[in-house]
Amino acid sequence: MDLYELSSLFLNITFFLYLIATAFFGLTLGKNRESNKKSKATRIAMTFTIIGFASQMTSYIFRWLQAGHIPVSNIFEYIYFFSMMLILAFVVIYFIYGIPALGLIALPIAIVIIGYGSMFPQEISPLVPSLQSNWLYVHVTTVALAQAILSISFIAGLLFLIKRVDQSQSSKETTFLELILFGVVSTIAYIVLSSSFGAMDYEATFTKELEEQTVDVTYSMPALFQPHDSELVTEGVFNSGIETPGWMQGADAGLKLNTLFLSLAFGGVLYGLLRLILKGRRISALLNEKFDKINPDVVDDIMYRAIAIGFPLFTLGGLIFASIWAQQAWGRFWGWDPKEVWALVTWLFYAVFLHLRLTRGWHGKKSAWLAVVGFAIIMFNLIVINLVIAGLHSYA
Amino acid sequence: MANETIRCECGHENKEGTVLCEACGKPISENQHIDGNDQQNVLEMRYEGGARRSQTYKRTVVDKVWGFFSSVKVGVWLIVITLVFSALGTIYPQEQFKNSPLPSSAFYEEEYGLTGKIFYQLGFHNMYDSWWYITLVALIGVSIIISSIDRYVPLRRALKNQKTKKNEIFVKRQRVVSFDNELSENDLNTVKTNLKKQRYKVHEEDGHIFAEKNRFSRWGPYVNHIGLIIILIASIFRMFEVMHIDDYVWVREGEVQAIPGTGQEYYVENNKFIYEVYDADTEERFTRALEDVENPVPKNFQTNATIYRATNDPILGEKPELEKVTEGEIRLNQPVIFDGYSLYQSGTQVESEYNSISMELQLNNQSLGAFTFDTDEAPSEFKLEESDTTITIDNWYPELEFTDEGPSSFSKYPRNPGIIFTVSSPELEEDERFFYLQEKVIPLADNNQANVNVSEVDRRSASGLTVKKDNTLPLFGLGAGIFMIGVSQGLYWYHRRIWIHPKDGVYHIGVHTNKNWYGMNQELDKITKGTNVNSFVDQQEMK
Amino acid sequence: MNKKKKRLIFRSVVLTLLVGTLVFVLIVNANSERPDLEEGVEAPNFKLDRLDKSGETIELKELRGQGVMVNFWATYCEPCKKEMPYMDQLYQDYKDQGIEIVAVSVDRNESVINNFYNSLDLSFPSTIDRQETVMDVYEVTNLPASFFINPDGTIERIVRGPVTLESLEGYFQEILPEKS
Repeated sequence: MDLYELSSLFLNITFFLYLIATAFFGLTLGKNRESNKKSKATRIAMTFTIIGFASQMTSYIFRWLQAGHIPVSNIFEYIYFFSMMLILAFVVIYFIYGIPALGLIALPIAIVIIGYGSMFPQEISPLVPSLQSNWLYVHVTTVALAQAILSISFIAGLLFLIKRVDQSQSSKETTFLELILFGVVSTIAYIVLSSSFGAMDYEATFTKELEEQTVDVTYSMPALFQPHDSELVTEGVFNSGIETPGWMQGADAGLKLNTLFLSLAFGGVLYGLLRLILKGRRISALLNEKFDKINPDVVDDIMYRAIAIGFPLFTLGGLIFASIWAQQAWGRFWGWDPKEVWALVTWLFYAVFLHLRLTRGWHGKKSAWLAVVGFAIIMFNLIVINLVIAGLHSYA
Repeated sequence: MANETIRCECGHENKEGTVLCEACGKPISENQHIDGNDQQNVLEMRYEGGARRSQTYKRTVVDKVWGFFSSVKVGVWLIVITLVFSALGTIYPQEQFKNSPLPSSAFYEEEYGLTGKIFYQLGFHNMYDSWWYITLVALIGVSIIISSIDRYVPLRRALKNQKTKKNEIFVKRQRVVSFDNELSENDLNTVKTNLKKQRYKVHEEDGHIFAEKNRFSRWGPYVNHIGLIIILIASIFRMFEVMHIDDYVWVREGEVQAIPGTGQEYYVENNKFIYEVYDADTEERFTRALEDVENPVPKNFQTNATIYRATNDPILGEKPELEKVTEGEIRLNQPVIFDGYSLYQSGTQVESEYNSISMELQLNNQSLGAFTFDTDEAPSEFKLEESDTTITIDNWYPELEFTDEGPSSFSKYPRNPGIIFTVSSPELEEDERFFYLQEKVIPLADNNQANVNVSEVDRRSASGLTVKKDNTLPLFGLGAGIFMIGVSQGLYWYHRRIWIHPKDGVYHIGVHTNKNWYGMNQELDKITKGTNVNSFVDQQEMK
Repeated sequence: MNKKKKRLIFRSVVLTLLVGTLVFVLIVNANSERPDLEEGVEAPNFKLDRLDKSGETIELKELRGQGVMVNFWATYCEPCKKEMPYMDQLYQDYKDQGIEIVAVSVDRNESVINNFYNSLDLSFPSTIDRQETVMDVYEVTNLPASFFINPDGTIERIVRGPVTLESLEGYFQEILPEKS
């Protein structure tokens, strides 16, 4: 067993430890449970979280040793590091503020993120020349840490909203809350689909004419939308015969649309089932009921503090260090590359957050919604920009 | 004519538009609407209730414009608009990244259909250089400058003029308060000691106590705004060639090229270009990844370069006399820097060109001699002494292509050489013509007796180097540094004040912090520890 | 009153400065795409080796007083091949009236240029831009490109693309030195 395999093993262990921790955090739910039982559950949950974090660190270090460079050079490694920082930030916040309910949001989100990251190629890849710089360590780790801390504000914001949005009647706010939860469920759906079909070695290959060349597009999920103007070559697999519309460009457009659609559809099924089990009640209404009472001031403060720390750190890592490195590698510190633009968008957004909060008194729910939007921007930058809009950054 | 000043009952003359008396803090009744105090129990302390000038004078156009830009609301809207447009600009590649020979007018529609066409027609394909994007950013700059001036001046004035004795209403309408404390001399002393321990500056007057700390934190926003303004100024400087040169040059192996942007002063020689890839067999730790990919993964792009300077101030086009300045290995992330200029490894055409082509002439398996065609310097005739043969180059096509009018060349770069040549030899009955293309030589007539073989080809690589000179970098660095200082100053230190107000034998305590009320409460516990102070009440409930 | 006036002046000055800066930036930005070489500006001087007379050079400055056509071309450029005979034909007529042609080849291989020059039996001076700097300064990206320079050294006309016999004659007329 080499270091790479050890690293993978520890990552799997980490995954289960976090799941167990989540389960114990779950025991802190409910109004009728005795408080000493809850604090016991919390302690166990935190213990598992910390052991899980240690295991993830171990896995990470093994990978680092094997690679010879810090593993932040592709999307899997970046998400991996990001999730680790998220857990770290949560643990720190827990020891300052002591709110177990945060764990019940932070851990599932970390698990989903790790799961999502694992869908990408995990092999240790060598550094291409543009990444061979010490700034890789400085820039990427600072950005990941900053984004993890900013995500804490989302987690606090979500907790705030779950507790403070009036669930007695349906409103725009309840609908948006449900949408967030639907997003989480769909991500889980994607992971489940992807790993089950992956385990089955499912493959359906299409050929397609693109710029006078024949390209193969291989689906690893059943093709509901086949590529535009393409022909199926694999035999005995499902094919709906529906084509991806022609205005969607690129060889992989059909593949992306198919994956997105299936994930959302399956996510919808899972979400619908959950609602059925709840006899039609909103999931957020259930959570609202089950979660412990929170001190809104404290959660609001966590939300703000996370941004107060995350924003300067993001400025440093995502803009300043990034510029220094870009200057060194390409001779221009800023080039309007999509990833750079999105770093600027993120930065501007949190600048708006701070201005609204500090000079226009946006606290509480307003602030919490902004924190949710901020997280959406970070995720957009991490996922959509990397996968859909190709740029200079290597995670494409 | 409105009154120039408003006289408070404490005797202080306040400027028109003042919300809270500068001296004692008593709310000035007719101005409470300005900060929205009239609907709240807790006083709005954001600008210390000073007369924010833009809110007061709106008589002329200048005042109205000033008032517009001084508003945070306007600033936030400007940022939001910029943010949205910036994001929209990434939907499709910007013109500079489009990587297609098609002109933009055709490219976006061809490639992305109707939405691409709209993208192009809205001018989003060249967004970040467009006049309206620059204007947006500039307006944010205007907003930063004006709103900072508009707030800084009265804030400084208010904080400088603080009095220890405050009006009762002012103290009681702070957000965190504690009323009717019966405090002994001992209690008061403990509180004062504790305050000093927490690094408060404590002032006393007629039994009133005023403690304050970290006032400098209030300047944080203005400091970080100065940083941003410096960055904007630096980007203006960057538009000029004196401050910023950005150019590009291709240099082939063995070639000396003038470095553009240096006014024919500097030259670069490409001694050797090195291209390395990762080898799956030797790099065991990467084997898993390398086996998966079809194309080799590059490991190194490197130009071994020598930099020269012209010593004779040559006239344009004249051959310069060169003196070596430096030499170095240019790699990605490792530019070569000389006299304020930097050269960056940017482009590669690995072995894309032919340096020379060697051919051998044979007749009945007997060699008549060999010659080497040097693509850049070949003469128009070669003499093969051993057989008294002459080779005449009829046509040379560096990058051969066939057009309607026959063979032609696409460029001057020998990427796909074609050579038409005639062989005249006493050994041959008549002259014979041949055509070299794609490393083969074909006879141009069926009855050619001679045979020409390609014995060797020598290829060369071209290296693309970015030329940079950027004198604005220190200014950008300064701006970024000041911004970070300002942000930290404003976010990590808190301006905290405590007023202890004696009234009819009891004490009212009012507490203000500009942010982090959670931390303030913890600090209050420390300050009042071991005293008889009642617990504090937060008068503002969470919305 | 005085105070208010001062405030108004201060605000006006700050606003004027800011608006002025913005306008200035926009103008600079709008002009950044414009080429440095325009009709009316002085043609940058250059000095190139002649290929038709070995050992000799030709310097643009020394041709002051004559109308000069600087023609950038290459042997692999088809339209260049077509316009060269026109140039040569008119050169015979206008040479004595004070028109000079400088053909600047951007080819890399000299013998190819000479072959071409001899095969068309051209008579105007042939030069080579070995450092590729003249081409760079004259912002030549597509061939052919011709610059018609007045006797006083300013650029009269820039033609990017081929010329015809008729148009060429017209351009020569524009830069013809006045008879003294």
